[in-house]
Amino acid sequence: MNKEEKVAYLKGKAIEMRKTALTMIHTAQSGHPGGSLSAADYMTALYFSELNIKAEEPKWPDRDRFVLSKGHVCPILYSALALKEYFPYETIYTLRKEGSILQGHPDMKVCPGVDISTGSLGQGLSTAVGMAIAAKRDKKDYRVFCVVGDGESQEGQIWEAVMSAVKYKLDNLVIFVDNNNLQNDNTCDVVMPTGDLRKKFDAFGCEAYGIDGHKMEEIVDVLDEIRTKKNGIPKVIVGKTVKGRGVSFMENVVMWHGVAPDKEQFAQAISEVEGGLK
Amino acid sequence: MSGKATREAYGVAILELGRSNPDIYVVDADIGKSCKTVPFFEELPNQHVNVGIAEQNAAGVAAGLATCGKIPFVTTYAVFGSMRMCEQIRQEACYPNLNVKVACSHGGFTPASDGASHQGIEDMGIYRTIPNMTVIMPADYYSALKLVKAAAAYYGPVYLRFTRDPIPFIYDENAEFVIGKAVQLKEGKDIAIIANGDIMSRAVAAAEELETRGYSVRLLDMHTIKPLDEEAVKKAIVEIGSIITVEDHNILNGLGSAVCELVAEMGMGKVKRIGIQDRFGESAPYDRLLEKHGITVKNIVASAETLIKEKQPV
Repeated sequence: MNKEEKVAYLKGKAIEMRKTALTMIHTAQSGHPGGSLSAADYMTALYFSELNIKAEEPKWPDRDRFVLSKGHVCPILYSALALKEYFPYETIYTLRKEGSILQGHPDMKVCPGVDISTGSLGQGLSTAVGMAIAAKRDKKDYRVFCVVGDGESQEGQIWEAVMSAVKYKLDNLVIFVDNNNLQNDNTCDVVMPTGDLRKKFDAFGCEAYGIDGHKMEEIVDVLDEIRTKKNGIPKVIVGKTVKGRGVSFMENVVMWHGVAPDKEQFAQAISEVEGGLK
Repeated sequence: MSGKATREAYGVAILELGRSNPDIYVVDADIGKSCKTVPFFEELPNQHVNVGIAEQNAAGVAAGLATCGKIPFVTTYAVFGSMRMCEQIRQEACYPNLNVKVACSHGGFTPASDGASHQGIEDMGIYRTIPNMTVIMPADYYSALKLVKAAAAYYGPVYLRFTRDPIPFIYDENAEFVIGKAVQLKEGKDIAIIANGDIMSRAVAAAEELETRGYSVRLLDMHTIKPLDEEAVKKAIVEIGSIITVEDHNILNGLGSAVCELVAEMGMGKVKRIGIQDRFGESAPYDRLLEKHGITVKNIVASAETLIKEKQPV
C-alpha cells in the first residue's frame, strides 16, 4: 500500500471508528463523545496501521502496548478493539451495562486488548513508562503508545512520569497529547491554562512534534518519522484536535464532554460522520 | 537488647529474591538508603528503578512493570507509601489485581524524632479498605525475612510494613510463616493478647508479667491484618472470651478494628484496643511516644487484669 492508499484506507476506518463510538454511547445513553471524537483519527492510525498487535493473541508478550491515560474516552478504544475483532462487534451494545467487558472506563481484567486499567487521570503515563522500562530491560523491541489529554496534563503526575521517561531514555515510548483545549468544566484556557504543551514536553527533554490531529496525512507522516528514531529520547506528538470532531453540533462545545446524544442527535451525527471529515 | 530492624530484613530479603529471580524489581523514590535497598541497587541495577521524589509515578511505573511480568516492590516510608500514592495503588495495582508490592519502612511512631509528618499511623487502615490488597506487618527481623519472601511468592498486591528501629528477636531463622495465618506464641486460657509489629516484644513482656501474677495468657502474632486470621480470633473468643489488641497504629481501622469487627459480628466476648488513640504524634523518643499513648507493658497488664476480673467476678 502506498501512502495515498494508506491514508484513504485509514480515513475510511476513521468513519467506522466514529460511528461505532457514537453508537455505543447512544445505546448506553452514557459516555464521553467529545474526547472520543477528537482522538478518533490518531487512534485509527495506531490501531489500523501502526501497532504491532495480534487480536487473536491479546496478551502476546512482544506486542506493542497501548495505554489510554484519558480513560474516559474508551468508546474510541473499544471501537478499535471491536473492529479489530478482539471481541464480537455486537459487544459494543453492552457499554456501561452490568457485567459488560466494556466498563465505563477500561478494565484490563475483563476486556481483551486493554493493557492497563485506567480512568483516574494523570496515572496512565506512569504505567506506560513502567512498560517501556520493562521492554528496555528485557531487550525487547516492542513500543509503548500512550494517549493523554491536555486537560489531563494539569495532573502533576504527568510531569513526574515525563521526567522518568527522559531519565530512562525511553525512545520506545510515544506519547500522544490530544490537544483539544476543552475539559469537563470549560476550556483548558479558562479552567487551568496548559500553555504550549509542545514546548513544555521539549523542555522536559522529550522530542515533541506538533501536528493537526485530524489530518491523516500528517499523522501517518509523523508516525513514519519517529518509528525508527532510536536516539534515546521519548517522543511526544501534540495533536491539535477539536473536541467532538466530525459532528457539527458537538464540535468545540464543552457540554459534549460527557453527554450521550438522543435519537435525533444520534441520527444527525451518524449521517454527518458517514460523509467523512471535511 | 539483641535484635535488628525489620527494614534491615527487607533489604536482605529483597536482595536475595532479586538474585534468584530477575523479575524481582525495586522501585525507589529517593529514600532507598533509609529503606535499605541500596545493596539491591548496587548489585542489581538492571532490576532497579529510582523515580526520584515522585511517589505517584513510582506506583504507576510499578504497575506497568507488573503488566510485563515483573514483581515490583515499591519502596518508601509508610506515610508516603500509603497516602501519597494511595489512589495510584488502588487504581493501577489493586483494581487490576496486579502483582505489585508496596514495601514501606518507618511505620507507626518509629520515625519518632521526625515528628508527625513522617509517622505512618494510618497506613494499614488505608490499605485494609482497598479490595484485593493484603496487609502485613512482621514482628521481628526473622519474620520479616520470611514474610517478604512469602509476599513475593504470593500473586497480587501486598502492603508490607517495616520499621526503623532495631527490635528484639521473637523468632529464630527456622520459623515459618503463612500469609493470613497468625502465629501462636503462647497458649493460655485467661486472656488472649493479639499484637503485631514492633509492639510484639512488649506483648511478650506483658504476657510474662501476667503469668508471674498467676494468669494464663494466649499470645498471638497477627502479622497479617488482612486477610485476618478469623479462625484464630474466633477460637480466642469462644475459648477465652476476652482479647486485648496491641499495635503501633491508629486504633481506628488497624489490627484492633479488624478484630473488633469480627468479634462484634460474633455477638460474644470482649475486646480492649491498645494503640494510638486517634491522635497525631510529635517529635520525641519512640519509647516516650508509646508511653504517652498508653502502648506500654504496664497498660497491657492492667487492661488484661481488668478484663480477666470482669470475666470472673468475685
